[in-house]
Amino acid sequence: MSDPSVTPPVTSPSAEDGPRRSQLSDDLMRRVLGGNVMISVLAVVLALVIGGFLIAFADEEVREAATYFFSRPADLLSAAWQAVSEAYVALFRGAIFDWQAATFVGQVRPLTESVVFAVPLVLAGLGIAVGFRAGLFNIGAQGQIILGAIFASYIGFAWDLPVGLHLLLAVLGGAVGGAVWGAIPGGLKARFGANEVIVTIMLNYIAVYLISYILKQPVFNPGRSGQRSPNVADSATYPLLIPDWLVPGNNFRLHWGVVVALLATVFVWWLLERSTIGFELRAAGANPHAARTAGMSVGRTIFITMVIAGGLAGLAGTAQVLGTEGALTAGVAASYGFDAITVALLGRSRPLGTLVAGLLFGALKAGGFLMQSLTQTPIDIVLVVQSVIVLLIAAPPLVRAVFRVPDPTKPRRRSGATRTKEVAA
Amino acid sequence: MSTVTAPERADAAPAEEQVLARISYRTPVMYALAGLVTLFVFAVGTDPDASTTFQLASGSSWFTIPNFGVPSLVGALLLAAAQLAAAGWAYVLLRSRRGVPVWLHLLVGVAFVVSFLVWAGAGRTSVIPVTSLLAGALALSVPLIFGAMSGVICERSGVINIAIEGQLLFGAFVAAAIASQFASGYAGLAAAPFAGAAVGALLAWFAVSFRVNQIIVGVVLNTLVIGLTGFLFSTLMADDPGSWNARQPLGVIRIPVLSEIPVLGPVLFQQTILVYIMYVLVAVLQFMLFRSRWGLRTRAVGEHPKAADTVGIKVNTRRVWNVVLGGAVAGLGGAFFTVGSGLAFGREMSAGQGYIALAAMILGKWNPRLAVLAALLFGFSKNLGNVLSTIGSGVPSELLLMLPYIITIFAVAGFVGRVRPPAANGTAYTKD
Repeated sequence: MSDPSVTPPVTSPSAEDGPRRSQLSDDLMRRVLGGNVMISVLAVVLALVIGGFLIAFADEEVREAATYFFSRPADLLSAAWQAVSEAYVALFRGAIFDWQAATFVGQVRPLTESVVFAVPLVLAGLGIAVGFRAGLFNIGAQGQIILGAIFASYIGFAWDLPVGLHLLLAVLGGAVGGAVWGAIPGGLKARFGANEVIVTIMLNYIAVYLISYILKQPVFNPGRSGQRSPNVADSATYPLLIPDWLVPGNNFRLHWGVVVALLATVFVWWLLERSTIGFELRAAGANPHAARTAGMSVGRTIFITMVIAGGLAGLAGTAQVLGTEGALTAGVAASYGFDAITVALLGRSRPLGTLVAGLLFGALKAGGFLMQSLTQTPIDIVLVVQSVIVLLIAAPPLVRAVFRVPDPTKPRRRSGATRTKEVAA
Repeated sequence: MSTVTAPERADAAPAEEQVLARISYRTPVMYALAGLVTLFVFAVGTDPDASTTFQLASGSSWFTIPNFGVPSLVGALLLAAAQLAAAGWAYVLLRSRRGVPVWLHLLVGVAFVVSFLVWAGAGRTSVIPVTSLLAGALALSVPLIFGAMSGVICERSGVINIAIEGQLLFGAFVAAAIASQFASGYAGLAAAPFAGAAVGALLAWFAVSFRVNQIIVGVVLNTLVIGLTGFLFSTLMADDPGSWNARQPLGVIRIPVLSEIPVLGPVLFQQTILVYIMYVLVAVLQFMLFRSRWGLRTRAVGEHPKAADTVGIKVNTRRVWNVVLGGAVAGLGGAFFTVGSGLAFGREMSAGQGYIALAAMILGKWNPRLAVLAALLFGFSKNLGNVLSTIGSGVPSELLLMLPYIITIFAVAGFVGRVRPPAANGTAYTKD
């Protein structure tokens, strides 16, 4: 704590842009003029094109047509077009709107599925984003989700409480579980200067073994050898957002976790932009030396940040066990912990950005499953598209070069440097 | 000047004038803790009559060492005494402001592990297979060591390489694909560095040329490689496993004479060529980093790029080449997963080892030698968990498998504490 010159290796000043120097309106103007929205759209297009090449390359008919490319080049092109368009049409049908479904409910179901997948991504992504803003690289969302899920599911199935209170306690328990797992790296960093990257990675592994141990204990696994805890009591599950009496015959899995995610987004916005803790947090991230000189306790800020980040990831765990899954399973965290990092990166560590990024990735995930089952295009392509999007958005000059878009801020020579810093946030 | 900087660098800066840095007694406390655990958990929990059997023999040695039994209680007590003595000595050393040597850390670590083994194997019919325990540990460490070396090469020049995971995985993938195409493990081995270097080149392109945050690029590249290899695994490789994903193991090479040494021989000198490359790599890197012009420039670029630039070193060029080289090293390490262990490629088969390698590098304070030790620690404790869960001990296997990670957290918080990365690590360099 007494050693500000020794910042952790991965939390460089450029990892965080620091307090927004300009006012909101000015910032907005600059962002629109700077073409960030356009860059994002172009990046998505480019990523889909690259994904398309991969799909075409992996398609057997395309490879066959490629062997006689020079005699009949049109065959290759049509085969490639067919493979790629089929895959992307299925992706769209699985993510947004399925016009082939019989009923309207069936047609909009993909959209609700996208939101279901987005909820844990948004919540965990917010946790990571809060860490980024404080200059902390929290890789531990996976472990925090798992701990949150363990706490929430235990309260959910083992306790017997009235409706309402039960759900509230289970959700809070999940947040506490995640917060505990976040407090460990936070406390160790604040007290001993232990590198949070290492500690969070290690805690992920410990959590994975912990959940497989816990699922073998009699409490969590009465009389069975399965990988699933007893189902969470009805009083502790998130109610469905669109109940049957509202839209009859719907099979939406959309639950109140969505509301939790929205509330969490608002909370994080308030925390970062309007609260004292948020100010200290951003100050510690932007320049720990200056923060310390200004009389802030950087160690305390780090600890609080990690507790909040862990709590948010723990809420992501509750969305799984109290909502989508209804019980604790060994794979409860799936790949959400690592996907959340890309979500936070794409959202540039801002609450609203993280929400939008989470929805986009949720949609890609939901669509990816239909694409895999309909066209045998592996869902891994979604990962490729996601990562290319993030890479491209982080490097606007590259996107501009590909599409020959002029740089709106070109006349000022140093604009390039300021923008890359902005991107880094 | 000293009065201004002294409070900032209390841990690291040597005492100047009358201002002496506070002595941190963390090391003896940790030693004593280990000794007390040995005494009160391992020794107290052992049946006085029980003994633990160790097996040192393996097939081809000059002579065979018979299995030998150690009286468990006496062994545990002696080891506890040794650890407590080490704690006392470390205290005396620190008291007189001398450093605690690395080998003392090692000694205490080994003593603690052996006392754990004595306790775990007490009164059991199954023996503790020392040779296979060590051999397995080395095998699990190989990709970690390559990954940690890759990290050292990149980060010493000021570029954070989180993409080690992706480089390992892509190396493993390309090694498997090329090896089955040419029906030779060595072809795959030769191709793997290029795969890792390709990922490294992407990292350098985005992080150095476009000055995108290095951690972002690294994490995203990992996802990209997982997606790409997973995609090709379930299309290309699944369609025609015979020509794209056949097992092509590298042959085991026995070094004459050396491989006959009991215990050490089979562990160190009956290995594939990849492991011998690793020995050479570590030695060369340790020498080059601190004794060559390349190493001096690399460190200069990583510590103070502006100064390096002033004396005419091309900062960004040096960084790009180091990142590509580091990628190649990690790619080579990735070959261990497929051709190095005679396995076919599997989805996400690097399983987070790249992140562990990163942890080993940080634990090793960006120093090749220490990073190797840290990687071996991970490999050993992981294998210890595996071995003990198969020979059976009272502890549930999940808790045993957690052990390496818990130890690491203690090590990071206790022994290592605030590590000092290269000063310019993670920041892009621009000339203005």
